[in-house]
Amino acid sequence: MKTIDKSNLDKIIGILKKDGYTVIGPIVKDGAIVYDEIESINDLPAGWGDEQEAGSYRLVKRNDESLFGYVVGPQSWKKFLFPQRMKLWEAGRDGRGFTIKHSDEPVPKYAFLGVRSCELKAIFIQDKVFNNDLYTDSYYNNVRNNIFIISVNCTQAASTCFCVSMKSGPKAKDGFDISLTEVIGKDGHYFVLDESTEKGKELTAKLDAEIATDEQVKAADTRVASAELGMKRSMNTAGIKELLYHNHDHPNWAEIATRCLSCANCTLVCPTCFCHTMEDTTDLTGDHTERWRRWDSCFSLDYSKVAGGNFRTSPKARYRQWMTHKLASWIDQFGTSGCVGCGRCISWCPVGIDITKEVEKIRNSPKTKS
Amino acid sequence: MANKKPKLAVFKMSSCDGCQLSLLDAEDELLDVLGGVELAYFPEASSKMLKGPYDIGLVEGSITTPRNVEEIRQIRKDCKILITIGACATAGGIQALRNWKDTQEFTKIVYASPEYISTLDRSLPVNAFVHVDFELRGCPINKYQLIEVLNAFLNSRKPNIPAYSVCIDCKLKGNVCVMTAHNIQCMGPVTQTGCNALCPSYNRGCFGCYGPMDSANTAALAKQFKEMGSTKFDIMTAFRSFNAYAEAFRKESEANEK
Repeated sequence: MKTIDKSNLDKIIGILKKDGYTVIGPIVKDGAIVYDEIESINDLPAGWGDEQEAGSYRLVKRNDESLFGYVVGPQSWKKFLFPQRMKLWEAGRDGRGFTIKHSDEPVPKYAFLGVRSCELKAIFIQDKVFNNDLYTDSYYNNVRNNIFIISVNCTQAASTCFCVSMKSGPKAKDGFDISLTEVIGKDGHYFVLDESTEKGKELTAKLDAEIATDEQVKAADTRVASAELGMKRSMNTAGIKELLYHNHDHPNWAEIATRCLSCANCTLVCPTCFCHTMEDTTDLTGDHTERWRRWDSCFSLDYSKVAGGNFRTSPKARYRQWMTHKLASWIDQFGTSGCVGCGRCISWCPVGIDITKEVEKIRNSPKTKS
Repeated sequence: MANKKPKLAVFKMSSCDGCQLSLLDAEDELLDVLGGVELAYFPEASSKMLKGPYDIGLVEGSITTPRNVEEIRQIRKDCKILITIGACATAGGIQALRNWKDTQEFTKIVYASPEYISTLDRSLPVNAFVHVDFELRGCPINKYQLIEVLNAFLNSRKPNIPAYSVCIDCKLKGNVCVMTAHNIQCMGPVTQTGCNALCPSYNRGCFGCYGPMDSANTAALAKQFKEMGSTKFDIMTAFRSFNAYAEAFRKESEANEK
């Protein structure tokens, strides 16, 4: 374990940029922490924190100059690996036939600064979605293979967090190149640094890093532990697959549908949801056509429209599909739950529907089938 | 089809003309559109007015007079494909506010000789009278969506006009939700997208210009507005605007009327 100060964090950004990385980190935009390109530590949200409740997010001023004193915002890193809109290919009329041209845009080389433990887990989950025995998404994998990941451990929990129960945080255990824990104490403002990969070690070697003292490591561990102890929400995952599989007809689904807006916010803020649709476009002459991939959601009606009809016309069926997939059939499909406990779907639901509470309602109802 | 360009006609019922002008407003694409169609009838743009039949008819405006009813029935006969454009043609428009009042009383107050006024009791969408092949929403419509619809029909493909909520476009753009982050009343969760989330992109709540989305749960949103501090009157007026007579919005405004 080592420690670095703020100026060395800035140095990290500089080195990564010099190495050709586009450095992405947390910034304040329109009253929330979002992820965007950063130039230096001056872009980081110094002194900002967030307060979250079901259906509510507020950016609040902290009483210190912490750079990572927030929890998570509405966006996740998925927008860089699995972009909102992407042109897959285009074709031009060529006499009586046509010629297909694949996108030749260069693959971005990203460095992610400030990845939370739950977000790392989300990236592992999407790895299984976009790179498995059946399918490999070339764009995702090309970007993924070049990423430099600097995770930052959480030192506090939002009221909507439940990563401990999903075994995905608050401390990042692997999957990062460098991991940081921010400490502001009597001995100053510093980061306890852990390097995991060769890339991470090479970068750290270029810094003025010091060996962390036992006190500094302890200070960092105490802060991460306080995030864990401060976590109020939890998801009881015991037998969750059977619970949801056996209760397709539970009356709670219809009750949720009276509150659910089918607006799709939960799926779009979710760091693991990957539903998308294809859009074919033409120019007015019909001589040029393009195929685009765009984020979609199992909550939009057209998503389940197929030749002959729509198999999920009711919002009840769509909510049930989302939750059952996320927490149960995802396990059969990808060998892991689709939920990391980040709480985004709770905070950003305009009417504050809480996935942990909905599971409990199904679990603890007299109508529940075991 | 290869040699003969499809004939396009643009008609107007009761409306402000803003939607049909969107076509002329599409300056960069206009020449390409005219390259693909023959502008056969568009009085706002050209004095050349060819007789039907037409391949594609765009209709703006709601049906508010007995004359409108006759006209729209003839237009339907004249057009192979009939596309209604804008909130008036698809939902009755802002003038549908009169549907909750006594029209006779209005004409008495407004006109010196109300006996000359021939009007229907209600302002209704075109589809209340004739079959419509495609409805393009918005007050006003988005010119890029209009070109997309014409483009799709010209190329015999499905138009990429999503029926989902404004929220999806907000998230695609990376907007921060104004409702959850700023406690601003926003119609986005029940409104069909089409404007590329214009108002929320400027930190304002959506006004619902494109009418109800595919499965609008207006009651749940109204309940949330109430919890955010809105009165029943606020909620009633939020749902009773450009798309007041679209069924989902109409029912919600009526539920909050008293």
